[in-house]
Amino acid sequence: MKIEGKKLIWKEYQKEIATDDYFYARSCIRQNFFPGSEKAFTRILKDELGKNLYDSQHHTSCTGIGYHTDVVPFETTMTVVARQFSLMQEAGYSNYIASCITSFGLYTEIIETWKHFPETLEKTREYLFKATGREFSIPNNLAHASDIIYKFRNEIAAKAKFRLVDKETGCPLKVVEHIGCHYSKMFPHKGVGGAEFPYVLTGMIEAWGGEVVDYPERRHCCGFGFRQYAIQANRGFSISCSRKKFESMAPYEPDMIITNCPGCPMFLDRWQYALSEMEGQTYGKNGNGIPVFTYEEVAGLVLGYDPWDLGLQVHQVPAEPLLDKIGIPYNPENKFKGANGEDLGQPDAPNFLKFYKE
Amino acid sequence: MNKQVAIIGAGIAGLEAASILDSMGFKVTLVEKAEHTGGHIQNWHQLFPDRRNATEVAQGIISKPLANVSTEFNREVTSIQPFAEKFIISAKDGWVFNADAVLITTGFELFDAKRKEEYGYGIYDHVITSAELETLFKKENGVTLRIGRTPSRIGLVHCVGSRDEKIGNIFCSKVCCVTAVKQAIELKELYPECEIYCLYMDLRMSGRHYEELYKQAQEEYSIQFIRGRLSEAAEDKSGKIIVKVEDTLLGRPLKMTMDMLVLMTGMVASAQTASICSSAGIQKDSDGFFKASDPHLYGNITGIPGIFLAGTCSGPKTISDTLSDARSAALAVQSYLSAEANN
Repeated sequence: MKIEGKKLIWKEYQKEIATDDYFYARSCIRQNFFPGSEKAFTRILKDELGKNLYDSQHHTSCTGIGYHTDVVPFETTMTVVARQFSLMQEAGYSNYIASCITSFGLYTEIIETWKHFPETLEKTREYLFKATGREFSIPNNLAHASDIIYKFRNEIAAKAKFRLVDKETGCPLKVVEHIGCHYSKMFPHKGVGGAEFPYVLTGMIEAWGGEVVDYPERRHCCGFGFRQYAIQANRGFSISCSRKKFESMAPYEPDMIITNCPGCPMFLDRWQYALSEMEGQTYGKNGNGIPVFTYEEVAGLVLGYDPWDLGLQVHQVPAEPLLDKIGIPYNPENKFKGANGEDLGQPDAPNFLKFYKE
Repeated sequence: MNKQVAIIGAGIAGLEAASILDSMGFKVTLVEKAEHTGGHIQNWHQLFPDRRNATEVAQGIISKPLANVSTEFNREVTSIQPFAEKFIISAKDGWVFNADAVLITTGFELFDAKRKEEYGYGIYDHVITSAELETLFKKENGVTLRIGRTPSRIGLVHCVGSRDEKIGNIFCSKVCCVTAVKQAIELKELYPECEIYCLYMDLRMSGRHYEELYKQAQEEYSIQFIRGRLSEAAEDKSGKIIVKVEDTLLGRPLKMTMDMLVLMTGMVASAQTASICSSAGIQKDSDGFFKASDPHLYGNITGIPGIFLAGTCSGPKTISDTLSDARSAALAVQSYLSAEANN
């Protein structure tokens, strides 16, 4: 492996990322899957970095999942997206951040479509105006939320209370990074580092003290392919994809997985449980799995946020072994308590995957 | 007949044309960007289809008498400007030269395999190009030393940088298929126990005796030919290369572990082409190579009287086609300068 070769590729794929004044569009599924991540993002941007972030209450789903499963026609999707851009314009912003990779890919696709087919842009303007009386501008800068954390990775590192380092040995943690397909596979130049050797998460891992694991199935799909999981009969493909990745990464003994898509952490986390129940197989040491995180969760951990405030208790693969390895303190008693201290109850322990109770 | 001809590029096309124009009595100056003549052939070990030693062929061309030929080395020509029935040739280093006619023989460059990022060239240690494999063949135990062990499986990937819309080269480089077959045989001779796979789109055995070589590769050397384009290469913990490819005849995906992956890099137009075209007013073809005024009838003649083309600067060619093209170009130059003298 020649790191210089990767650096040459990374140089080719740099994108402009706005430095401040962002309009933030949340994901329609992430708050269910990883409920603390978007909260952590707004906290980091506002409280740690002092950025101006507009968190709109009025935007809708981008229709991405409906679009990719052929339920929503492209014209409708473009009109819905135009409405999001109209909200951005109305709020006085021109830098748009998408929390979701599917949305980011879809916004990119739509903006490119409008660029190449101005008549389609005019049609969309007409549809939006007829439906809502609204007008819109195309964002000056479109970024995925992971681009923003990547841009400020060194500022986060400067404020870090913890690093991605084994507290006993001082060795960097071995980290698997997994990029959502729609981040850069459709438009490599819209992603930091391109599609084949993306840098967006690698940059964070390096800045926060970890070491990236390059394993053979690094580029393989996580199992969130829309037609694999959305159609029940195809779900075997979904879990097979995840399994293929775990089998390939396990010999490298990774400490954790970091992702930047709504679906990847969901499937890489939950399928580890399903695989353990189906095959009795776990991919970490001593019956543990390989804990899976969003990049906001990892940024939050590095900054010293309480793991339960970050929502790590809803992960299927427990994060405790990793927290212990880094030396991040946590109170096991609070794991299944709500924000106001009420007891939320504990899930049943899996048969094989190690479970950490209070 | 004391006319001055400048030949831009001292590869095999430039040398062959120089020797003929020299024998016709013209003053010839070869302008070469490198510090030696011969071009790509100098790096090659054996030539297809007869496995002839490349150095022997190179020597055969280089050693031809060049009585009135001078050579300017390390001069990278950037512009050719027509001026008062002559041509002003300028190089990057500021060198300027006048000639009555110019023959462009700037050849080709090998496709930069790093652009096919998914194959991992420049990143994975044991992904190499076909040109690099030739240099390994020239050294004793070159391949073994390069990968640190006796190989048990090697893959050769056809059409790297050729016939590839994704990277913008839709043309066929013409020589890579048969080069792959030749290199596969050479590898099998070196390592009889090694499995050799050629991953191809289709095999274009258009030259004389190419088909026989292909047949020999299958029947005598048991080279495995798999029709399918590589989707990606990755490295495993031991440094071996894991490739994913679809076998389009069986209609199923394949995953194989290789000790070494050889990328059959195609030809692309040399970097000088664009600047020479714009300065001289010559047309560049859609594939990036120089465009002849009439590819059927006047393949060596550009749209600018007095500027001629030979060899792979006007598109991929084999060595024998390149040499024939150079001879034909020399006659075209002679015809032009004789007509000029008579006027």
